[in-house]
Formats: sequence, C-alpha cells, structure tokens
Amino acid sequence: MAGTGEIRSCSDGGLCKSAGKRLTTEFLSCIKCQVKLTKQQANWSPYDNGGSCVAVAGADYCVVAADTRMSSGYNILTRDYSKICKLADKCVMASSGFQADVKALQKLLAARHLIYQHQHNKQMSCPAMAQLLSNTLYYKRFFPYYSFNVLGGLDSEGKGCVFTYDAVGSYEKVGYSSQGSGSTLIMPFLDNQLKSPSPLLLPALDAVTPLSESEAVDLVKTVFASATERDIYTGDKLEIVIINAEGIRREYMELRKD
Amino acid sequence: MSRFFVEFKMAQAAVEVPPKGGFSFDLCRRNEMLSNKGVPPPSFRKTGTTIVGLIFQDGVILGADTRATEGPIVCDKNCEKIHYMAPNIYCCGAGTAADTEAVTDMVSSQLQLHRYHTGRESRVVTALSLLKSHLFNYQGYVQAALVLGGVDANGPNLHTIYPHGSTDTLPFATMGSGSLAAMAVFESKYHEGLTKEEGINLVCEAICSGIFNDLGSGSNVDVCVITKGHKEYLRNHQLPNPRTYVSSKGFSFPKKTEVLLTRVTPLLEKVEVVNGGDAMEE
Repeated sequence: MAGTGEIRSCSDGGLCKSAGKRLTTEFLSCIKCQVKLTKQQANWSPYDNGGSCVAVAGADYCVVAADTRMSSGYNILTRDYSKICKLADKCVMASSGFQADVKALQKLLAARHLIYQHQHNKQMSCPAMAQLLSNTLYYKRFFPYYSFNVLGGLDSEGKGCVFTYDAVGSYEKVGYSSQGSGSTLIMPFLDNQLKSPSPLLLPALDAVTPLSESEAVDLVKTVFASATERDIYTGDKLEIVIINAEGIRREYMELRKD
Repeated sequence: MSRFFVEFKMAQAAVEVPPKGGFSFDLCRRNEMLSNKGVPPPSFRKTGTTIVGLIFQDGVILGADTRATEGPIVCDKNCEKIHYMAPNIYCCGAGTAADTEAVTDMVSSQLQLHRYHTGRESRVVTALSLLKSHLFNYQGYVQAALVLGGVDANGPNLHTIYPHGSTDTLPFATMGSGSLAAMAVFESKYHEGLTKEEGINLVCEAICSGIFNDLGSGSNVDVCVITKGHKEYLRNHQLPNPRTYVSSKGFSFPKKTEVLLTRVTPLLEKVEVVNGGDAMEE
C-alpha cells in the first residue's frame, strides 16, 4: 500500500517542504506541488496584428507586397492599413508582427536615413539600409521589436535585391522571401516556383528570378489570393510596390474580406 | 527501488476507473509534464463560427457560416454546421467540431428510437433535455454550443444550449465567435411577425455580419427554414466570397522529388534462409 515503510520525497526537485517525508498519497509529488504545476497560464497576447508580406527580386526590378488587414484576436481593427514603408529612394520595407513596434522602427530608420543624407550627401543604397536595419534590430536584442521584416530594393548596380530578417536582426540576401502569419503557406509555393540555388554552392549563384516584372506581379497576386483562402489573418486588400529603374509604383488588388 | 515501483503499481490498481463510463483523466499528469517540457498540446478543430436562429410567423429559421478553423488556419472552407436532428428539428453547432458532430448525431439517433417507441413526431424540448443533460454530465468538457430549432405540436421552438448544460428559450439567438456581430444585426432589425422572405434576409444579413467582421467565421451562408410539416435546407444559400484572383496563365509544377542517389544492397548474402523453421506460436 502507499507509504508503507517507504520514505520518499516529493518529486518536485527537492524544493518542496515534503522532501524526505513519507507521502500519504500514491502520487509522486505532494498535493501542494501538484497544484503549483497546474497553474493557469495566460494565453492571450496583444503582440500580433497579423498579416503577411512578400518580396521578390528580379534582374532589374523588385516587387514588395503586403496585405492591408490589421487585426487583434478575432477582430478586425482596420481593412486599410499599409505595412509597407519607403525607407530610401530605391529601398522599401514591408513588416508584419506587432504594428506599434513596426511604426517605431520605421520612424527610427527614417531619422537615421536623414542623418546619413546630411553626412554623406546621398541616399542610402539598399545593402547599406539592410545593414542598418539589422544593427537597429540587434540593438534591442533583449527586448526586441516584434517586427518581421522583408526589405526590397535595387542595389547600386540596379539589380533587384531582397533581404529577409528575423525579429532580432539576423538577415540574409535572398531572391525572394515572405514573413508574417501567411508565410508558412506562401513560402513553399515560392520555393517551388522560384527555386533559389543552394547558398552553399561556390561560386555563389545569383538568387534573382528570371521572371519578367509582370509575371512576378502575377505570381504575387496568386500567392496572396491563395494565402487569404486559408489564413484568417490575411485578406481585405493587397498593396503591391514595384521598384525599378524608373522609380516606385504602387498597385492595389482586392482580396477576400471574410 | 523496484519495491517502490511494485507498491506504486499496486496502489494504482486499487484506484478504480468509474464504472459508468465518463472521462478517464489518467493522462492528465502526463500532458502536464509534456507541456512543462515545452511540447505543445495538439490543437483541435474548432468551428470559429457564427450561428443564428430566429422565430418568424410560420416557424423557425436557422443560419450558419461554413468556415472551420484550426487555430489561425482554415481547415474546411465549406463545412456543414446545421445538423439534422429529426425531420422537424435542426441544430446548429459551434465550438469543437468533433463535439458538435458527436453530440448531435447521438441525440438524433436517440430521438429516432424515441419516435419508434412513442409513434409520434419528436418534440424540440425532448432534444433539448437530452442535449442539456449530456452536456451537464460532462461538466463543460464537451465543448459544444448549440442553437436548436424546430416546429412541433407546441409550435415553433428556438433554444440555445451552452457547453456546461444551461439553456435559454428565445425568439432570436446567436452563438459562436461571431455571435456579437450577428446579434448586433438582430437587435437592430428583428421584430415579431416576420415573413419568410424577411426572415431569410435578416438571417443572411446577420451571418454575413459575422462572416465579414469575425475572423473565425467566413465563406458561405447556410440557411434552414422549418415550418409546420415542411422544411427547406438551403445549403450555400449565399456565396459572398468568391476567389478574387485566378492567374490567367496558370502554373506548372515540373519539379518532382529528385532522386539523388540509388543504391541496391542485396540481402541474401547477409541472411540465412532456413526452410521449415519453427511454427508460429498461437
């Protein structure tokens, strides 16, 4: 029977007051420790406004797109919120995650860009802005910006480039990327259609896609229409920004509103 | 140490599982231990949902959306949330999909047996009592929130049933995550003595309000109209959410799984095959 002649301690790592005492139950820990283990966890977090963003780089253009829905829990806060921000002449950032942190990040980068322009008398190039964003994010390594970014633009030679980030600033130059709630649905399709060469190959192969600009825009529209079908946080409207040698152009497309 | 385990096992054998069925909570401690180690529990399919019902001059109209979600992902874009209970009784279900299906199927067959036994048309209050007592017995663990409606010898009936087993009898009702959006429409526009067309339109408006304003509800509108001696199940009565973009040129998927390496190792050299080995044990 339980407790006969056996001295055993509560299994809760020896910190329990019943340690070393004979337990009167059949269980491996005393009642108090069991109650502690079943403590309720808060499971609502304000830190996600939903949404997805995508960027695709081409030979002489770059397409950056994001949906315009901002949500909180099961509610829609607004159907018309732009997640895309122009940081420099040929450099555009799309961010999903917690939009308050995204706004703060955009403000900071705009201010730093202005300082750069005053000091160097020129606009920041896309690779330079990419490094700046990475450093800015890592600066808050221990209380991060809850912001998942993709940076798209043209580098100094006019070729398309896309940089993808995590919340604390780890970044990589890639041919295409997606972030946000729909990224798990979008990324495999992009991988299938735009398969990028392995980054381990030497010499490093070019990651930009051979598709034309209109084909890339068509791909992005399809990808968002599909993600909207299956992801509840993606929808309402799609904002597409296309950067090429002539400048920056914006397009909109309606998505499912349910 | 081994004596400890033997005693522990013996002690466990002394704890009997409740004889009349009900839940066995044996795995709860294991689940706790797993989630403390960071293994998340599997999510179950919930019907995020907007379900509504209202009483109009000739009977009852039930409505539901058609989206089933698994967390943030839509797992079924066109599922059926209006379940058959009896020829004159239908039930909309919100909450865990498995629970609503199982409980409505179970009570539906109980009602049929009852009809054979009594030789009469089923009454809505019968279904209500069967459902509420089942849900109360399970103390809210069966997460089914239902809107039950039908027309029987006592006239049109509409009830809501909550997962813990409480019920309400109402002229108009909404349940599910989109219930607030739908109730806002009902409270503004409902009045007694609606005609059938007015009733269907109001139900569609309420469901659409849930579809567009609640992220847990979406896709199409299902409607069911029940009157004395007659019912109309309008599956996909409205389809307000067509796919917005279909690429004109289509996509090709040429990349099959690539074979990187093929190696055949014949096993005959490594294994001795003995004919007439031992017969298998029974």
